[in-house]
Amino acid sequence: MSKIHVTTSVNGEEVEYLCEAQQTMLDVLRDELGLTGTKEGCSTGDCGACSVIVDGDVVCSCLMLGAEAEGRNVETIEGLAAPDHLHPVQKQFLEHAALQCGFCTPGFLVAAKALLDRNQNPTETEIRYWLAGNLCRCTGYDKIVRAVQDAAAEMRGA
Amino acid sequence: MGQEPVETKWVGKRIVRPDGVDKVTGRANFGADMNLPGMLEAKILRSPHAHARIKKIDTSKAEALKGVHAVVTGADFPELKAASVDGGEAQVNLKDLGENLMARDKALYDGHAVAAVAATSASIANDALDLIEVEYELLPHVIDVEAAMKDDAPLLHDDMFTSGVEPQPKKPSNIAARMEFGAGDTAKGFAEADVIVERTFRTAATHQGYIEPHAAVAEWTEDGQSRIWCSSQGHFAIRSMTTALLDMEEAELRVMPAEIGGGFGGKTTIYLEPVALLLSKKSGRPIRIVMSREEVFRGSGPTSGSVVKTKIGATNDGKITAGEVELKYEAGAYAGSPAMPGCMTAFACYDIENAKVVGYDVVSNRPKCAAYRAPGAPMTAFAVESVLDEISEKIKMDPVELRMKNAAKEGTRALYGAKFKQIGFEETLKAAKDHPHYSAPLGPNQGRGIACGFWFNIGGESTANINVNPDGSVTVVSPNPDIGGSRASMVLMAAEVLGIDPEKIRITIGDTASIGYSGLTGGSRVTFAVGMAVVEAAKDVVKQLCERAAKIWEVDFEGVEWRDGAAHPASTNVGDFDPLTLGDLAAQAGKLGGTVVGASSINARGAGPGFGTHICDVEVDKETGRVDVVRYTAIQDAGKAVHPSYVEGQMQGGVAQGVGWALNEEYIYNDDGQLENPGFLDYRVPVTSDMPMIDTVIVEVPNPFHPYGVRGVGEVPIVPPLAAVANAVSHAVEKRMEQLPISPPRLLSIIDG
Repeated sequence: MSKIHVTTSVNGEEVEYLCEAQQTMLDVLRDELGLTGTKEGCSTGDCGACSVIVDGDVVCSCLMLGAEAEGRNVETIEGLAAPDHLHPVQKQFLEHAALQCGFCTPGFLVAAKALLDRNQNPTETEIRYWLAGNLCRCTGYDKIVRAVQDAAAEMRGA
Repeated sequence: MGQEPVETKWVGKRIVRPDGVDKVTGRANFGADMNLPGMLEAKILRSPHAHARIKKIDTSKAEALKGVHAVVTGADFPELKAASVDGGEAQVNLKDLGENLMARDKALYDGHAVAAVAATSASIANDALDLIEVEYELLPHVIDVEAAMKDDAPLLHDDMFTSGVEPQPKKPSNIAARMEFGAGDTAKGFAEADVIVERTFRTAATHQGYIEPHAAVAEWTEDGQSRIWCSSQGHFAIRSMTTALLDMEEAELRVMPAEIGGGFGGKTTIYLEPVALLLSKKSGRPIRIVMSREEVFRGSGPTSGSVVKTKIGATNDGKITAGEVELKYEAGAYAGSPAMPGCMTAFACYDIENAKVVGYDVVSNRPKCAAYRAPGAPMTAFAVESVLDEISEKIKMDPVELRMKNAAKEGTRALYGAKFKQIGFEETLKAAKDHPHYSAPLGPNQGRGIACGFWFNIGGESTANINVNPDGSVTVVSPNPDIGGSRASMVLMAAEVLGIDPEKIRITIGDTASIGYSGLTGGSRVTFAVGMAVVEAAKDVVKQLCERAAKIWEVDFEGVEWRDGAAHPASTNVGDFDPLTLGDLAAQAGKLGGTVVGASSINARGAGPGFGTHICDVEVDKETGRVDVVRYTAIQDAGKAVHPSYVEGQMQGGVAQGVGWALNEEYIYNDDGQLENPGFLDYRVPVTSDMPMIDTVIVEVPNPFHPYGVRGVGEVPIVPPLAAVANAVSHAVEKRMEQLPISPPRLLSIIDG
């Protein structure tokens, strides 16, 4: 079976790859592009560990085909920090100890970043519902929600 | 006299964890992230039947598929010996371990592995699974624990004769073991009671639910230097189990610890590693196997579903006069449910003169259960704490007061045999009573529940190395996977002893060839036991540094003392010398006998038992049966919180898992014995919008056996929530909850009578 040639943007950089028709965006990121920061927890869109931002929207990359990325803008966990400083939400996750095992963390950070790009003053309820598609089994979510609240405050300059 | 808290400079500080930046940037390497040149992907074929004899497996068509490099079945493994092998925390039956890894004569549950394929891509490997022809002879199956105990139940193992019964039965059954112990005379105790409550409680099998599926990469080498990279709760145990099953020496296999994406007990055993290594041997290529989520649910260990009959008697003034528990735990397809710790913990919070516990370990056609956070304890706590709640209602006594009157304290001999030293149970009860949550008003359709919990905590074999670098910075090598921030705790304790800033210290997790054997990351033991090893290794460093200062100053060793990261003369009598810092001494290491390397190997004793008291408020929607947890407070004795944020995190995480267990989570089987909900859509764990903030109160009653008073903290917090939630719902709807999960349909049928 011939492979599909895709040209897309990942973390602001143009990339080209060949993928099989059935390969998911998650497979492409991890296996073809070596971006293993995006995690596979279920491959059915239920856990959010593979969250990426595509043209501004949070997407479970396990539910998107690699071929569908043609001409799109994909942001992954690897693109969140600048070379010399972390994104406020990354920093606040560390300050709040909002991770234990760290496996769901990239997905949470990507989803939270997409929220904060839209809304820098979310209520606790808005945060909880926005992140309801991301499963964490370690933390009970308390410190994650607080970290996002403080990242929002930091971004507002509050 | 109790031990006083120890003054500390670094222990107790909330530093950023050393592996934090790697984990928020996606750089941290978990099990599935490893990639080797020429690596093949492998997939496992699993039985679709609950119970079937495997008459024949034909792999020829799969082997002929282009891109397939190797296929293995049970027949490819060395013959299984009747022996036990080190599982890190306990000895494991090698035959059961091997049969569970890959079925031999019979498939014993839906999801039981029967073959594996390695191919150039995952999709080819999956295609090849469809080409493997397995001829099954279907056998009657049994799923329910009580059905499995019946005389005429389908037998899983014709050589299973109940242990713990005298004389041992000659007829095989599904009851692997019966256990019983007690104290006093329960008949006499019940006769003294003013009120007796007896009920039978049921809980469903629940999965640990770690978000990272099991994954392993293996590379066989013909010269006895094979390697495995995997995420586990203990790479030394992975090495022991894998080499035992493949007839290798332990030195022939090096296991590298990947970062681990959650375990909660479920990653203390092997499912993939020997399979990957055997496929590598057969194909001559490195192999990666990653489980799908469906495989995690069908093929890896949940914890037991349970039936727990409980009877407790008390006087009108709140003295418990007698207690009895009879529990039946599902083991899954092979013996080994946590029935014993269920029995041992049942009454451990209380000082009860007359008590008796009986337990049954029962096999049925379910996946073999694996450890799950405080294995066995949440189910008996659900039963006992529910009955105590009902007694407090009947005698019109505050439920905290009732528990306070019977609380285990220093000197209490627990039913399971231990005599408690300094413990903090009463302190957690007092903190609960004093907490504003406890007296806050409730809204309409709301109820409040309280419940308590106990866990032993363990110590065990632990090692640590500390290398002093030439520039005075320090590297700690820990032998245990960091599952929830333990690197930070190790660094804090090393900094405390060395008297240097934690920023001067880096920490790495050593592989099985780089540091000496250590037990599992489990049993709430790492911060306690491996922490003690780190303290000992740091003391070894300090001793060597002081010896060198003594040499430089030409004084006796006793004349040197270590404080604030430097050697000082112990008194003015020793002489007038400028302090020699760790950096000064490191710089001269070559001249003074070589690099300073501190090492320790201990078997840590004296793990302090842990206790917790939880307060839960729920709101019930009586139209839909939905239960919302609206407020939750967890209180726990941590002895000493080395890094308070991660202690709070353990407490909050345990609460969330317990809430899921209480309200939603369950393994659901169809009539054919197939698991109907092997995915996160239908096996619903709590999500962010299901939970409120979880308030925590850390009580610190020092463990006298640890240099800083540390107790294990990871497991206690999952023990009380089942009962705390159920008691809260019982009060909200004024009917007693006897079965978990309290899912909307179940609660609606209870409300509607």
